Amino acid sequence: MPTKIEKDDVTGQMTTGHEWDGLQELNRPVPRWWLYTWAACCVWALIWCVLYPSLPGITGYYHGLIGYYQRDAVDADVAKVTAQRAGAMDKIKALSFADIRKDPQLLAVAETAGRITFAENCQPCHGAGGGGNPGYPALAAGNWLWGGTLEDIQRTVTFGIRSGQDDARNSQMPRFGADAILKPAEIQAVADYVSTLWGVPGGTGTNPAEGKRVFAENCAVCHGETGQGNREVGGAKLAAHTHLHGDDRAAILAQINNPKMGVMPNWNARLDAAKIKSVAIYVHSLGGGE
Amino acid sequence: MSFMGKGKKAVAAVSEDSLYADRVRVYPKSVHGPVRRFKWAVLIFCLTLYYVLPWVRWNRGIGRPNQAVLLDIFHERFWFFNLEFWPQDIFYLTGLLIMGAISLFLVTSLFGRLWCGYACPQTVWTDLFMWVEREIEGDRNERMKRDSMPVNFDKVWRKGLKHAVWFAVAFWTGGAWIMYYVDAPTVTVEFWKGTASSEVYLFTALFTAATYLLAGWAREQVCTYMCPWPRFQAAMLDEQSFTVTYQAWRGEPRAQGKRVSGAGGDCVDCGACVTACPTGIDIRDGIQLECINCGLCIDACNHVMEKTGRPGWLITWDTLADQAAKATGIHVPFRVFRPRTIIYLSALGLAAVVMIVALMLRPGLGLSVQRDRAPLFVMLASGDIRDGYTVKIVNKSSTQAIFEISTQGMHGATLTETNEELGPAETLGLPVAGDSVGTFRIMVTGQPAALVDGSQPIDFSLRDTATGELTVYHSVFMGPVRRR
Repeated sequence: MPTKIEKDDVTGQMTTGHEWDGLQELNRPVPRWWLYTWAACCVWALIWCVLYPSLPGITGYYHGLIGYYQRDAVDADVAKVTAQRAGAMDKIKALSFADIRKDPQLLAVAETAGRITFAENCQPCHGAGGGGNPGYPALAAGNWLWGGTLEDIQRTVTFGIRSGQDDARNSQMPRFGADAILKPAEIQAVADYVSTLWGVPGGTGTNPAEGKRVFAENCAVCHGETGQGNREVGGAKLAAHTHLHGDDRAAILAQINNPKMGVMPNWNARLDAAKIKSVAIYVHSLGGGE
Repeated sequence: MSFMGKGKKAVAAVSEDSLYADRVRVYPKSVHGPVRRFKWAVLIFCLTLYYVLPWVRWNRGIGRPNQAVLLDIFHERFWFFNLEFWPQDIFYLTGLLIMGAISLFLVTSLFGRLWCGYACPQTVWTDLFMWVEREIEGDRNERMKRDSMPVNFDKVWRKGLKHAVWFAVAFWTGGAWIMYYVDAPTVTVEFWKGTASSEVYLFTALFTAATYLLAGWAREQVCTYMCPWPRFQAAMLDEQSFTVTYQAWRGEPRAQGKRVSGAGGDCVDCGACVTACPTGIDIRDGIQLECINCGLCIDACNHVMEKTGRPGWLITWDTLADQAAKATGIHVPFRVFRPRTIIYLSALGLAAVVMIVALMLRPGLGLSVQRDRAPLFVMLASGDIRDGYTVKIVNKSSTQAIFEISTQGMHGATLTETNEELGPAETLGLPVAGDSVGTFRIMVTGQPAALVDGSQPIDFSLRDTATGELTVYHSVFMGPVRRR
């Protein structure tokens, strides 16, 4: 509480009565129009509170006289933007990839739409920029299972992989160990041979020659004679430095014994054709496109 | 600073219990003299510069604006005579603002608030508006008398005319402001035909209103209540600052209008300095927050001194140190070089040198390389490592040019451009249209033999094939850290 309101001798003005270590503050009046401005702001705030949602309640809130709802404004904005884009998106849907690429403006729209759609839907598994994750292909690397042309990507995105759709990409690797198709020694030998296809950490084992024979009989149908892969059936390219489910011997053995087989959803259930095409264009541009 | 005598302040005779003060209207009386003439000259110079500059033409060739000073926000260019600035050159503006601030500090520490008294737009336009008011409504006494009278015809037409002229000047001012942002002749025609953009009308209205309110109504309140500068300019002032000063040792004790030669000081306490003051203060109270250092009180006082047969310059420009010395009969010369001014001068010189060197070394060739953050790198099936970069090339010439880009620092690196489908090659030729920025996606592929663990430096060098100009951008190449 101010206790010592007194007159300051030098200026002839009153003090506020507060004192800090002997320092006192003069009670200097501010201009009256500040008071009016403050009052006007209060009135403005009151009107605002009546017109707009302002007061919280226990189970709800006061909605305001004009019924403003922020979600409506967002919906209206989204609808407006969608309408603005409709022309371009319709064109992307109707035109072939070759024709889209001839139109730089349309291509820019498609790449942007693809980038956003990718970030919202694909990124959790395939990584930002298509960098990939263990078990999820690195799309930017270009080591494709099912082909890397725009049309290939479009089809994969549309119908998915092992998604249960009729047109889905389907491949099934037998469980060579778990179902006892191969003997454990044969599996070790195949792993020896597969290890020779690239520089596996930990060496190439003891019996790659026997492994090569077993590989030719059991694996080459899908993975190719020299492990170069087969895109017709989704056979992974083994003669490469990157592998979907790991690069070391333990990963190879695990994959022969009881293969992991990932599933990609059919995105035609969630994305329209124009967006799927846009995603294909974006994924193709990441550096792996063919 | 309160060793001077206490005068009657024109501001705020406040009742002691009120937290709010009614505005005390200031009716500045017109003065004549050297200070006033100088102030007119500065005013005319500033206003002429402001109104005429947008109309100055400058030939820059076909397809470019021919306005000497144009801040083209829509096309993201700032044209200043033969200089052209792009948005990325914005730091020159920062440098200019820093120099402006230091200059203000320097001038204030030397001569007080010269900026406030003479060159500040608030002062210039307020002065102009006061001149209009004086021409229509008459001088101080006449205006005070009329304002205290009930409404009559004379009052109505004079006030009406004054506000009309004020409004016209404000409109001219707001309109001229727009001309710094869009081509002046074009926007003038468009404005009156009603085809100008809504922004043009909005900002013209905004600056018209601001000018009218600030120069016509708010006036000294802008300086006293709104402007932050008076609040901290005291930090630049010291006893060596050469400012508008009442020579108390000469003036006191005041002679209360009585012509007593020999006894008493030179101040006749006529109040001419107070009535002339555009902020309504009494300079005899010493340097104070409200004083804008315009010196009109000097002219007013000199006039009185002359009429009463006393020596002039009772109010003058001087330092507080000299005033204190003069009171005891000695004279202390004005010290231009003191630690404070030397520091300001050095800072100003440093900023100026940095600015000039930066401006002279400004490359015509602009290259920026942004490495992809995700993924950091990609391992290809062959075992090669590939990094992605977004490369922006600024072509400031008016025609299309081919730029050759290559990398140094990593043996056998190949470049691929994915948008234009160029490469792979060690050097790529990238076409960029005239007056624009070309954006390219460049993939750099490194062979494992040339890589070290983690990151390594890589330089992008760019050559303009037309001019041979060369620039280099330092970046890094990321690769895996191998397990051993």
